[in-house]
This record gives sequence, structure tokens and C-alpha cells, in this order.
Amino acid sequence: MTITLNGDPFDISGPLTVSELLATLEIDARRVAVEHNLVVIKRATFDEAVVREGDQVEIVNFVGGG
Amino acid sequence: MARLNGPQYTMDTFSIAGKTFASRLIIGSGKYPSHAVMVKAHEASGADMVTVAVRRVNISDRSKESLLDYIDTSKMFILPNTAGCYTADDAVRTARLGREAGLSNWVKLEVIGDERTLFPDNEALIEATRVLVLEGFVVLPYTSDDPVVCRKLEDAGAAAVMPLGAPIGSGLGIQNPNNIRIIREFSRVPVIVDAGVGTASDAAFAMELGADGVLMNTAIAGAQDPAAMAEAMKYAVRAGRLAHLAGRIPRKLYATASSPLEGLVGR
Repeated sequence: MTITLNGDPFDISGPLTVSELLATLEIDARRVAVEHNLVVIKRATFDEAVVREGDQVEIVNFVGGG
Repeated sequence: MARLNGPQYTMDTFSIAGKTFASRLIIGSGKYPSHAVMVKAHEASGADMVTVAVRRVNISDRSKESLLDYIDTSKMFILPNTAGCYTADDAVRTARLGREAGLSNWVKLEVIGDERTLFPDNEALIEATRVLVLEGFVVLPYTSDDPVVCRKLEDAGAAAVMPLGAPIGSGLGIQNPNNIRIIREFSRVPVIVDAGVGTASDAAFAMELGADGVLMNTAIAGAQDPAAMAEAMKYAVRAGRLAHLAGRIPRKLYATASSPLEGLVGR
């Protein structure tokens, strides 16, 4: 399936949970925040939220700033 | 007259939304030449609050180390910002993501209105403040040095107001000291001068004007020796605060002799 990941088209087999998506991308779930179709997903529900074809996902973390 | 070593001076902490901070200097985490330099500067600053930005993870290159590996979160309170947001909607979105990434409900709210000056869009800023306060955020808005806007932000529920001293990263110092003083007189919430500081005297000056704190990034991160400048800023903020509490002498046009006029030799 194709999703929009951080603004770009991204191909991945799915549907899959947010936890599975992060694991596939080798991203440490403790260090990021995830927005799914414009709704911020609570970390505690990463195992439940399901990403499907056409969904829009943003994965962010903290970087240096002032 | 209170003595300068009285408890009100040595225990001069300040609080925002019920949380107490030991230092009135708030620092950034951007633009340092390396993580190692940042760690040393943070240590030297004595600050206990640091701002960070919220950005997309680089999906194609995830090798980069995490910023949080270099910030001692047991000593430093993390203040996510919404830097780079140009609409209230984007700022609100970014604040929500920052809350989830950092597990605190504090945000340094920025809604930028102009690319060249990075001046805030105050209308959108007030709107975003209102939305986030309703969602339970502790909102610290970066704002113009406009007392009326600061009052509106306070009315919208801001936990502090953060007027700029000069454009972000400009190092020009406090351009409108009179406004900073008026904002301090108007406000019932802490006033933090955010942006524009170039060197230690600028930070001291902001504090002498009555600011409750100073937030800076570039002045430290961009200095030739960031750790040394961080230490200078620690003392400057403290010195300015003490001078403010001490009460300065009035300005006069002509001299007043410091030594006695009686008993002069040869008169």
C-alpha cells in the first residue's frame, strides 16, 4: 500500500499498526511523536492505531532549536 | 533597607504556572557547532529550562543521534517550541506533537508572520494561544514588544509573555526598553525577554528593566566560545536581576561629588 509519510509517498506492506510501522522503519518509539490523519496518537495506543492505504502519517522528534 | 544577602535575594527563584525554576536564564539547543559544545555550554549556563524544536524524522537517514541523548532531562526542563510555523493551525499541530514527544504540556508558542524579520503574527498567536490553553497547555508565547498584544495574550490564558528584545538571532540588544518596562508594569504573568540578546550586557539590561527572565539561543550557540558566553550570561542575568531589586540611582544631568567637599588641602 502507499501512504503519505512525512509529506512524501511511501510504499509499505499493510495495513499495519503504528508500532509495526515504527519497527519497520527502525525508529525508537520512545523518542518520537506520531500524527495519523492529523490526529496525534498517544504513545500508549501505538499498538492499536492502524495505518491503511492512503493514510497520512507524520513522525517527528526533537531537534536543536531556540 | 534590605541587605543584598537577605533571603529574598539568595532564594530568588521564579515560577511559571506553579513550576519553580532556579535560574532566570532560559537557553536554546540550536545552532551549536556540535553536541559536545552544547553540553558544555548548557552546563556552564546554570539554566534549568531549554527549548527544543519539533521536526520530521528523516526517514531516509535515521543514523543521526537523538538530541535528547545530549540533554540531561533530570536537570533540564524541556520546552518544545513551534518555531517555523506560519499559521495558528500549524503551530497548534506542532504543539500537540511536541506534547506527545516530550510528555509535558508546556510550549514556547511561535507563529511567525514575516520571513525576513521573523516577527510574530500576533493575531494568529493570540488565536493559537486561546486554542492551546483550552486544551490544557501551559503556553509561553513569543510576541512583539507590544504591551497591548501582551495583555491580550495574558487574557487568552498565556502563562507568561515573551516579548522580543530585537529580531531573532540579530544580537542587536533591547531595541525598545521603554516597551519592556511597560509590559512588565502591565503584566500579572512573568515577562521573559526572548530573542535579540547579543552579549552579556544585553541580558543584564533586560533584567534591570524588570524582566523576570531572559531566553536566548544564538548569543550563546554562535559565540566563539559558547561555554564561556553561557557562563557570562549566567552572571549577567543574575547581576541584572540584583540591580533591578537593589533599585538604581536616578539619572542626573550634572555631577554630584562622591568625596566630601570639606577639609580640602590648600583651601
